[in-house]
Amino acid sequence: MKYLALILSNLKRHKLRTALTMLSILVAFLLFGYLAAIRTAFTAGIDVADLDRLIVRHKVSLIQLLPASYEARMEQIEGVDSAVGQTWFGGYYQEQRNQFAQMPVKPDEFLDMFPEYVLSDDEKEAWLSTRTGAIAGRQIAERFGWQVGDKVPITASIWTKADGSQVWDFDLVGIYDAGEKGTDDTQFFFRYDYFDESRPDWGKGLVGWYTVRIDDPERSAEVSAAIDAEFANSQAETKAEPEGAFLQGFANQIGDIGFIMTSIVGMVFFTILLVAGNTMAYAVRERTNELAVLKAVGFTDSGVLGLVLGESFLLTAIGGGIGLTLAWLMVSAGDPTNGFLVTFFIPGRDMVYGVILIAVMAFVAGILPAMQAQRLRIADALRR
Amino acid sequence: MSETETLAGGGLVRVNNVDKVFKRGSEEVHVLGGLNLEIPEGEFLALMGPSGSGKSTLLNLIGGLDRPSQGTVEVGGERVDKLSNRKLAAWRARHIGLVFQFYNLMPVLTAQKNVELPLLLTHLSRSERKKRAAIALEIVGLSHRNGHYPRTLSGGEQQRVGIARAIVTDPTLLLCDEPTGDLDRKSGDEILDLLQALNREQGKTIIMVTHDLHAAARATRTLYLDKGQLSTEANV
Repeated sequence: MKYLALILSNLKRHKLRTALTMLSILVAFLLFGYLAAIRTAFTAGIDVADLDRLIVRHKVSLIQLLPASYEARMEQIEGVDSAVGQTWFGGYYQEQRNQFAQMPVKPDEFLDMFPEYVLSDDEKEAWLSTRTGAIAGRQIAERFGWQVGDKVPITASIWTKADGSQVWDFDLVGIYDAGEKGTDDTQFFFRYDYFDESRPDWGKGLVGWYTVRIDDPERSAEVSAAIDAEFANSQAETKAEPEGAFLQGFANQIGDIGFIMTSIVGMVFFTILLVAGNTMAYAVRERTNELAVLKAVGFTDSGVLGLVLGESFLLTAIGGGIGLTLAWLMVSAGDPTNGFLVTFFIPGRDMVYGVILIAVMAFVAGILPAMQAQRLRIADALRR
Repeated sequence: MSETETLAGGGLVRVNNVDKVFKRGSEEVHVLGGLNLEIPEGEFLALMGPSGSGKSTLLNLIGGLDRPSQGTVEVGGERVDKLSNRKLAAWRARHIGLVFQFYNLMPVLTAQKNVELPLLLTHLSRSERKKRAAIALEIVGLSHRNGHYPRTLSGGEQQRVGIARAIVTDPTLLLCDEPTGDLDRKSGDEILDLLQALNREQGKTIIMVTHDLHAAARATRTLYLDKGQLSTEANV
């Protein structure tokens, strides 16, 4: 700590240069934090996917439907605990731009399968006893100002009713909360029996995909193969895979978000590293004489190395720390797309990566100038 | 009579048969050759000689800022030329006070903080460091300027801060490389008064490199260095 004042004084030597370098570092870490939140939003669900859940879909594509009868057949397969079907409804609320996910499900089976959707007992009861009942995630309910007890009309773009009407009326009986960070609370679930009875004949008895809970996560490959084998050579062959892999594949439909984000951040960091490294190199070169004096009065070679590295660390830590904090504040202020992004937060893991990156950047930017200072020969430097 | 015997007087500093060779590209420059010198404790020695004669090089060897190409350098019984870099740094911190021609103060630190700099290497508490730096500044007559940055001080004042920094650790030996070389006569005289007082009143052993006969006259002994050899008289 006693050297901190000396290090700080050196940083204040060229205030403008220090400020500009810090600003560059700040922007890099702000971008890092913000992009981490966006990447998390695009891969929402992957991190909270249960290892003991599989997704079973039509082998050809997700938009091909599967018979509802598969549920009972799958539950007979060894290693399968339970299965629950979901179907993409694809409707909107009031205006076409108000798109969000709606799915018909069997309430009791669904809530057992997804304990991360947290509903009060009263709301659960109400859903089980109301045929037109639906539940909405907290975020989507807040977005549209829905309250429990509201009538929510959803206009279908795929599933028109058997009578030809496009509008489905639901009674909002509950608003679920996300049980863990990363859980999607922008969805809307309603009852499968109401859906199946009201839709046209061509779609009756069909579901979009199944979520299957298995007894032993380590046997997921084996059970997946058994499920696919069960429906092999049928009219609707299946493709079973772990929930995490399914969600990753879904996210990859719009590109490898992780790779894109990593590439952007990587390029930004490389540039900033050059800026910080340049600042440190200048700082040492213009202070050759002073560094020699420090050694002359008794600072060791490694002590001088530590001082220069400390300066690099302080420069990066202040810029990076403010950048990460700003990113966190901006992300906490909310999703900038007004609900398009399912979740929007910086995972704790990425904040830790950010802190590690600060340390790495400080070391890489400072180590060469620091070694130059360490190797400085006092008599030679004092003669300059 | 050998040269060593001629120059001997005690033994705080013993320089024995020292050579110093610098390499400039493929050329070797012999700055000091077979040099012997003894300096007793409490002496104020002036070292004179033409530019390039090796005065500063000799000062650097005695102060452990450089190493001889051959020969030995002893200060207070310690073989300075044998110490590792780390031990040498610690030894300098404890035993050597350096005063430079161009002061070499840290421009980003106040006078007080500049003087405290060598104390950072000790285990002294912050308040103790502050107290000792204040005493050193008082000795050089600059207590009232302790919060000033070097750029706001005159040359003479900056050199006083430099002297305060050199004496704050109470070193065994004070090495001054042309301490008045960048000062006008009046300021130079004040600095020489100060060095003389440190020598007479506090018994500090001082080696001062200078070109100035007037400055050398303040010393208790003057030696001349020319072509790598010491003598008691200038070769005119």
